[in-house]
This record gives sequence, C-alpha cells and structure tokens, in this order.
Amino acid sequence: MRRLYLTLFNVMLLLISSHLFAANEPSLDGLTHQLTTAKLKQVPHIIEQLETQGGERMLPLFSAMLAGELYYRKDDSRLVHAKKMESGNFSLVDVITAETIGDVKKKTIKKVRVNNRLRTQLRSVISRLTLFSSDRDTREAAIKNMLNALNEGNIVLLSKAKADEEDQDLLVLIDTALSLNDLLNNAEIEVRLAALDDLSNSLEPIVKSSVEALLEKDDDGNFIESDVVLRNKAAVVAEKIEGKVGFYSFLEKLFFGLSLGSVLLLAATGLAITFGVMGVINMAHGELIMIGAYTTYVVQLLMPNAIEYSLLVAVPAAFLVAGFVGVLIERGVIRFLHGRPLETLLATFGISLILQQMVRSVFSPLNRQVETPQWMSGSLEFNAIFSITYNRLYILVFALLVFFALQLILKRTSLGLNVRAVSQNRNMAKAMGIRTEWVDAMTFGLGSGIAGIAGVALSQLTNVGPNLGQSYIIDSFMVVVFGGVGHLWGTLVAGFTLGITNKFLEPVTGAVLANIIVLVFIILFIQKRPRGLFPQKGRAAE
Amino acid sequence: MTVSAQSDANLAPQTLTQRFSALHELRDKAPLFLSLLFGVTLYASVCNLYVPEGSIFHVSTYTITLLGKYLSFALLALAVDVVWGYCGILSLGHGAFFALGGYAMGMYLMRQIGDRGVYANPDLPDFMVFLNWSEIPWFWQGFDQFWFAMVMVLLVPGLLAFVFGWLAFRSRVTGVYFSIMTQALTYALMLAFFRNEMGFGGNNGLTDFKDLLGFSLQADSTRVALLICTSVILGLAYVLSQWIMNSKLGRLIVGVRDAEPRARFLGYKTENYKVWLFVYSGMLAAIAGALYVPQVGIINPGEFSPLNSIEVVVWVAVGGRGTLYGAIVGALLINYAKTRFTAIFPEAWLFALGALFVAVTVFLPQGLMGLIKRSHVENNNVEKT
Amino acid sequence: MTMLDNVRQTMRRDQVWPFLIEKQPPNIDVSHNVILYVEGLSVSFDGFQALNDLNLYVNDGELRCLIGANGAGKTTLMDVITGKTQADSGDVYFGQTIDLLGKDEAEIAQLGIGRKFQKPTVFEAQSVFSNLELAMKANRGILPTLLAQLSAAQFDRIDEVLETIGLKEQRLMLAGALSHGQKQWLEIGMLLIADPRLLLIDEPVAGMTAQETERTAELLTSLAGEHTVVVVEHDMEFVRSIAKTVTVLHQGSVLAEGSMQEIQNDPAVIEVYLGESD
Repeated sequence: MRRLYLTLFNVMLLLISSHLFAANEPSLDGLTHQLTTAKLKQVPHIIEQLETQGGERMLPLFSAMLAGELYYRKDDSRLVHAKKMESGNFSLVDVITAETIGDVKKKTIKKVRVNNRLRTQLRSVISRLTLFSSDRDTREAAIKNMLNALNEGNIVLLSKAKADEEDQDLLVLIDTALSLNDLLNNAEIEVRLAALDDLSNSLEPIVKSSVEALLEKDDDGNFIESDVVLRNKAAVVAEKIEGKVGFYSFLEKLFFGLSLGSVLLLAATGLAITFGVMGVINMAHGELIMIGAYTTYVVQLLMPNAIEYSLLVAVPAAFLVAGFVGVLIERGVIRFLHGRPLETLLATFGISLILQQMVRSVFSPLNRQVETPQWMSGSLEFNAIFSITYNRLYILVFALLVFFALQLILKRTSLGLNVRAVSQNRNMAKAMGIRTEWVDAMTFGLGSGIAGIAGVALSQLTNVGPNLGQSYIIDSFMVVVFGGVGHLWGTLVAGFTLGITNKFLEPVTGAVLANIIVLVFIILFIQKRPRGLFPQKGRAAE
Repeated sequence: MTVSAQSDANLAPQTLTQRFSALHELRDKAPLFLSLLFGVTLYASVCNLYVPEGSIFHVSTYTITLLGKYLSFALLALAVDVVWGYCGILSLGHGAFFALGGYAMGMYLMRQIGDRGVYANPDLPDFMVFLNWSEIPWFWQGFDQFWFAMVMVLLVPGLLAFVFGWLAFRSRVTGVYFSIMTQALTYALMLAFFRNEMGFGGNNGLTDFKDLLGFSLQADSTRVALLICTSVILGLAYVLSQWIMNSKLGRLIVGVRDAEPRARFLGYKTENYKVWLFVYSGMLAAIAGALYVPQVGIINPGEFSPLNSIEVVVWVAVGGRGTLYGAIVGALLINYAKTRFTAIFPEAWLFALGALFVAVTVFLPQGLMGLIKRSHVENNNVEKT
Repeated sequence: MTMLDNVRQTMRRDQVWPFLIEKQPPNIDVSHNVILYVEGLSVSFDGFQALNDLNLYVNDGELRCLIGANGAGKTTLMDVITGKTQADSGDVYFGQTIDLLGKDEAEIAQLGIGRKFQKPTVFEAQSVFSNLELAMKANRGILPTLLAQLSAAQFDRIDEVLETIGLKEQRLMLAGALSHGQKQWLEIGMLLIADPRLLLIDEPVAGMTAQETERTAELLTSLAGEHTVVVVEHDMEFVRSIAKTVTVLHQGSVLAEGSMQEIQNDPAVIEVYLGESD
C-alpha cells in the first residue's frame, strides 16, 4: 500500500514537472544550451527569451556575458563565469546555480562570443532587470544605462520606477531621462521647450550631445531641427551646459595637477632636506623611494589577510628601512666626500645602480603588484562628469601632512635646531659642541626616510619596479632647484606649480610634450634666477 | 712637484721656450699615445684584411667594430674631460651631443638607403612610410648630401651647446646646478626623440643602414676604414685638445676651474671662455657620435638617457680627469670590462659599475693616472733618498 | 653715393675696419684730480644695511687707507666698486665719465681697477710664473689668448715683477705650495703686472711676519703716485706706517676722514673703533 502511494506520488511529481516544462517551452536549460551552439545572429532572440523566462535569475549570466567572461565547458556545455587567475588558469562559477566549480586549464573551456550589438542589448536587458533592485547603486547604473538608450519600453519602466523611487538623486536622474525623451520624441513644442528647461541643469554627456545635436545642420546646410524658437533656446542651454562642463573640467585638471604636485612634493621633500640642508646631491634618492615602495610590497606579503591596514604598517616600516639605508649610505660613503659635491653626485649615482640591481636580483626585474586597500579605492563623485579618486585625494592630504610634520621637526625639535645650525655654519656648530657627524647621519636618515614614505604613496599610483625611482629623480631635482635650495616652502610651491602647469598643458600638447615643455621652462628659469623661486639671500649664499 | 732652484745664469733668453714647456704640469704624452693608438689600429686593420681567417693572428671584423666603438667612446670621454677635468664643469648631458651627432649621421645613412628599404619607397625612409607621411619633413632636407650632414653633425650640437652654455654661464649657473640642468636637458631630449611626431623614427630610432659614401657598411674594408678614420680623428682631437690646454688659454681655463673670481677680477670674461670650451667639447662629442653610428649600425633615443651621460663621466673619473690620456684609457678599460662582464655575468655588471663609481670617487679622486703618477713620484723620492 | 663708392669706402687701405681695431681702455678723465667718486651708495642684504648713503672721493695717485670694525662695510664697498655686488642706490664713477655700476667684474678690471681679495686668491694649480703671465696686461679675447706667445719684453716684465715681490726663487713653484704671505705677494704681483690705475687691496698683511709686513708697506708706498691705491687693513701699526689719508667707516657710512693724527684724536672714532681695539 505504502509502495503504491509512493509510486503514485512519483507519477504525480513527474506529471507536474513535465507540465511545468511544457509551459516554459523551450526550457531554460534548453535556452542556455542553445547559447553555446547558436550562431551570433540568433543570440539576441535567445537573450530575449532568457529575460522573459528567467528574469533576475539570469543576471549573473548576462553580466558575465557582458564582461566577456561567460564560458562553457567543452565536455558538458555547462555555462560558467570564468575568471583568469595569475597562474593562467581559470576559476569557474556556475552562472545559474552560483556553485563554485574550481580551477581548470584554459583548453577545457570555450568562450561564448559577444559583439557590440549584443553588448548593447545586454546592457539594456540588465538595466531592465535591475531597475527595481533594492540596491541603490545598482538602480543608479540601470537608470544611467537607460538614459543612454531611450526607447518606449524604457520610458514606461522609468515612469513606473519614478513612483517607487525615494532617493532624491535618482529621481533627478529619472526626470532627466524623461525630459530627454520629451525633448527628442514629443511632438508638442511646449513640452519640448519645458524639457529643455529641465535639462539645462544636467551634466550627463548624453544630454549635452543631444542638445548640441539640435543645433546641427544637414549636408545641404539646413538645420535638422526646424523650429527656430527651440533652436535658440537649445543654443542658450548648450552654452550653459558647456560653461559648466568647462568649469568642472577646469576643476578636474586642477585636481590632477594638485595630485601630481603632491607626488612631486613627496618625492622632492626628502631631497630638499639632503640637498637643501646638507648640500649633498643624492642621486640615489629615487632608489630610496623605490625601497619604500618595495617595503610596502613586502609588508603586504607578510600580512595578506589585513591588506586594509597594510599601509598603516608600511609607512613607518618604509621610513625605517629607507632611513636605515640612508644612514648606511651617509656613514659608508658620503661623509668621506664632504665639500666635494660633484664627487658625491657620482658616488651616490653608483649607489643607485647597486640598489637597482639588488632589487632586480631579489625581487626580479618585473613589476610587482601592490594592492590598494578598500578604503583607498573608488572615487568621490560630485556629478556626472566630475569625480575625485580616493587614492589621489588621500595622497594629496598625506603629502601635506608629511610636509608639515617635517616643518615641525625642523622648527621645533632639537634635532631640527642642530640640523639648521650645521647647515648654516658647520665649523661653528662643531665648535659649539654639536656632534656634526651624528647630525649629518640623522639628517640624511630623515631625508631618506621621507623618500621611503613617498615610495609607499607611489606604490598606490604606479607600478612598483626597479625603475620606479629613476623616473622621479630628475623631476624631484627640478622641483628643489626651481623652488630654491634650502627652502622647504619653495619646494612646496614649486611642486604644486609644476604639477598644475603640467596637467594644464597636457590636453593641449600631449603628456610627453608637456613634460618636455616644463623641463625646458625650468632650464630657462634657472638661467634667469639661478637660485630658484625663493633664493637664500645675503652673504651666506655666496 | 718641481721646485726649481736654478740660478739666474740658467735663465738666459734663448732657453725661454725650453724653460717654458717645463712649466706645464701637463707632460707631453702625445708621441707615446699617438704611436700606441695608430700602432694598434694599423695592426688590427692589417690582421683583419690580410691575415687569413684560420690564423691565430687574424683579427675578426667583430673585434674591428668593437675597437672602433671603443675609440668613439674614447673621443666622447675626451670631450667630457676637456670641460670637466680642465674647467671643472661637470656635464651630465654630453650624451645629448653625442646622440645628436649620431642622429645627423644616421639621417644621412638613412637617406642613402633609398628604395632598398622594406617599403621600397625611394623618397621616404621606412618609418615615415609606416607613419603614412606623404613627404619628407623640412629638417630632413639636405641630409642626402654627405657634406651637409657633416656640417650638421658639428652645427646642431654646437648650437645647442652654445645656447645652453651661454644661458647657463652668463647667469653663473655653476657646480651641481649646472650638472643637474644638463641632465634635465638630455632627459628632455630623450623624451622628445621617443615621440614619433618628432620625425626621427621614435622608439626604434634610425637603423638598417646600407652604405656610406657608396661603400657597403657590411664590408670588412669599410669597417676597417671606419676604424682607421675614428683612430685618426681621435688622434687629431687629442693633439688639438692638448695644444689648447698647453696654451695660455688652457692655463686660463684651469685658472677658471680653481679660482673663477680671480680670473674675472683680472679682466677675463670667464663666461665667454666657458661657453667656448663647452661648444668645443660638445662638438667633439658630436663627432664621436657621428663615428659611432655607422659602426654599430643604429641610433635610437636610448643614447640620450641620462645613465649614458653619467657613465661617460665615470670613464673619465676612472682614467683620471684633467689628463686627456686618462680619459681615453678610462673609456677603453671600462668598455672592455663591460663587454667582458655583460657576456659572462650580465647581472653583475651594474653592481660592478656602481661599485666603481663609489670606489673611484672615495679612494681614487685622481683616477688611475693619479695612482700611476703618485707611485711614480714616490719611486723618484725613494731614488733620491 | 654709388655702390662703388661704398665699396671703396669700405675697402680703404689707409684704415682698418672698426671691428679690427683693438679696444683700448677708455681714457680715465681725472681733470678734477679725483679718480674715484662714490656718492650716496646704499646696499642691503636681507634687511641688513651693509652700506648706508656712503660718500667717498679718492684722489688720483693717492694712497688711501680704509679702516673700520667688522661689518662696517669695507669689503662690501670694494665689492660694489669692482662689480661683484649690485648697489641699491647711489653712484660710483671712475674718473669724471665712467659709470661703474652696471658693469661686470671683467669689464671693470679691464678699465684698470685691480683687486686683491681678503683671502689670498691665486691660481693654485699653476706656477707662480704662469699666474703672472695670466695676469699680465694683454688682449683678453679668446683667440688672442689661445695664440698668445710671450715676447722677450714680457718675459722681462714678469722677471721684474717677480723681483719686486721677492718670488724670483719660487718662479716655477706651484702657487698652491707658497706660504700664506707669499700668496699675498703673488696676488699683489698679479695686480702690478696688469698695470691698473686703481688698486683695491683688502688686508694685504694678514698672516705676514713683521719683516714681511714692513716690505709690503714699502711696496705699497712706492706704488702710490703712479697708481692709486686703496688699502683696507685692520693692523693699525701698518696703517700708521703707510697712510697719509685715512677714512674710517662705521655701520656703512664714513665716520671720519683725515690724517692718522686727526683720526686718532677724533672723539667719535675713539669711541667706536680705536677705543675698543686699543
């Protein structure tokens, strides 16, 4: 009896399931399987069906496909999200079940092909599916996608979303999309004019280009848009938007300039101490920066589970390591070359070669990957066209902190007093009982330590490799010389001036030429004012 | 040092010149140096061309080319020594003059390729065809003429040296400031030459040369001729430089090195002398570059790299600055060592070079020649006592 | 004028082209018997007033001593006259006509103003003979210097100066190997051989023995008349032995001027300088 029941139950189950399958003809499984075999031409149709049948469950598949990371296994045609790893193998995750499958060799899987048309389709599919997501950022991305691909279906969805949306920024974004739709597709001129009004505050690139398109002429020289009133208004709005865009791109350049300036400042501050205060030309300064960057790398190797805090450890570590190397250089070489600046230059250059080669031998000549902690990645977005990345922002703040800390050390501590005394009159300082040898070592250590700290910051911006230091040494010298030797404030001003100049020249001339122009400018400037922006005056300078 | 206690009778007018030559600290090493230089050149040339390949006396064409390369480097070192050793101007940008001279020569060689390039374009060098340029830029005009290219070899670097030197020395930029400025100069030029738009072949530079004045660059005889040419020019440059340094001008230049204010208060416009010397030296470096390019068959923006320029300074420092022959010996020794080292033990070369920088500056400020001189003096003293 | 005339004019055989004419130092106009005018001269460094409205007149052929405490502005005054330091305001004239401000050191030296530094500065890596040869009055152009050959007369002149400064024995010695006092003399010799109209001599007897000092005094006294000599010195004994006229500087201005006798009795001078040092 019991057995009969069971059989019956089984039959019923079978019936129900087969009924379900029949309703979903062709089945999801079938569709996903088709994806692996279908010709590119047929794929859009399959995606449509997947969307209607699978809904949100298909999102991982769509996203993987859009990212070009959708593969299938050759043996069982199972669709997987495959990510390439450092080893060259791929780690697989099933896109339907989200089950982790593990690592495989590349030859066991095959990529699902996508083209630009498919990508466009995928984007709108994804945005349709995510427009009502509970996550704000997902919704934002969906609305932005729709804004760039307006069609009737999207407008209906957006209108619906508007009713539910509570976030103010997203409401504005939805309104922008609706207004843009009105402007482009509505027949009534009043509606279009009103839409133009609404759009005048938007900074979305698509809005700007759409408004500007209203002002264009066709090949015969006639305006594409026939209505004069609308055109005149569009001209006003376009100008307004243009003005804002100009303002924000100015801000952006300014920020990039400040950011470059902060890097230059960091790199040059240490040099300003060793060159400016001690009068020692340290060509190995760049390599001390490099040591700082590699210290960060090693720190991250040692604490792989606490990358978030690694930089906090790396800063003092880099200071100590680079400072120690600096003291070694001073004690080992530089002190024998007092009062012979040219020889010091050559000797320290030799040291820089040794340090570079050492790093090559120990860490390999390839660039090493230093990870960015979560709190430093991402960016602070002000509007559609202006955002500031956190890493650059933090480094700017950090550079200023280091600079002012150094000022404090030089102005307020006894070491600072000794350093200044020795830099002004070595013999007198010696006669006063200052241990000049010790002060020299400490000063050099301090300058080198700061170079190390600069290395930590640079590791967040550029590749960490044996040539890291070389690329900064000439720029750093330029900053110090431009600012005026022995003048820390000059270094600050010079660093930011050069950074900003460079970034404002770049769009006009290109990056390399901007670099060259700045170098040539400094060369000429030094001819006019050999002692830099803020020269040391008086008889002591002779 | 020679402290003379000659009596007045020995100071008769007829021995004036004789007496005078003894005044110079610079001993005239020219005959010894020149005979060595030409001897080796001649020996290598004959043994390359006339001794059969199997013989142990045969000198390979590879060696000939290597020797030619070393001699052009020696000329470059000589140029650096002239300004650094005698006038105390440490230029970290002489590689720029060298490279510019090389580029001028390279442009001539490039035009000589004609339609034998990969794209077989009779008017445009390959890289211009590759960049879709329709006609040759104005600054390439005339480089199909050898004489014009040779004038440019001297003129362009000379002009650069003049403008740079004039700006720098007039505003009394000296010492390390000047060094850093020259380094920035060559760095800026390197960046510029890396750009394709500059019209000098960008990253790849100029290469695939075919022939020079109608002689194939691959032929042994051309290689030997180039070596002899380099050797003769090095010899001439040495003699000329030594003549200059032995003249009153040379002594003034040394004076400017040791006490520039004194020279100025004696009424010498020291900046003019420095500019003149800098231009002379820049031209020597440019000639070295022009000799170097046909022998190694390539010139690219890497030659502008600050590392190259500073390496030259080390050649001079190792040999002993302020002696001319010291610079040449240093260049030959270190480049030979470099060839050897990089073949056997490539990683160690930078270590060795770095250590050399440190060792020479700390322990041997006068270089090898200083060491020899010192031991010589000591020997003399021992003999006397 | 036709072109031919132009050519003829250019090619005239009785004249040389203007650029071939060797530049002669301009004549120094000393019609009022004053060779150096310093009027209202002020210089400041970083807020420190080194010279303050200083007025000084030096007669042609005179031997003048400048004295003053450290920081009184003696060396700065020399720096301004010789073109090393730029003046903030004031005038410096050489003779009636030549404005020295705005000229550089070399131009001023070529006008005939020689200077000896406080710290003896000679070309240390070269022989005494070479030092004098370089200082000798000659065309300072580059090519003439390159091709310069000493004539017998010039040799004699060098020998003469060597005799005067007592370094005949050391003629082939490197200048760097000389004693401090000998370097001082060599530097004076380098001034002499350039045959300047005006010699500015900063502390000539520092580091000399009494005997050497005496000889220096003799030398300087003998120079006056033909040359004009301005000496800055701290050694009051030395100043007393050579000076006819003494100028006392104090805080960048002239405090007193007159014979040694007058200066010594001047109450202001006694207070700020002599009173302190004696």
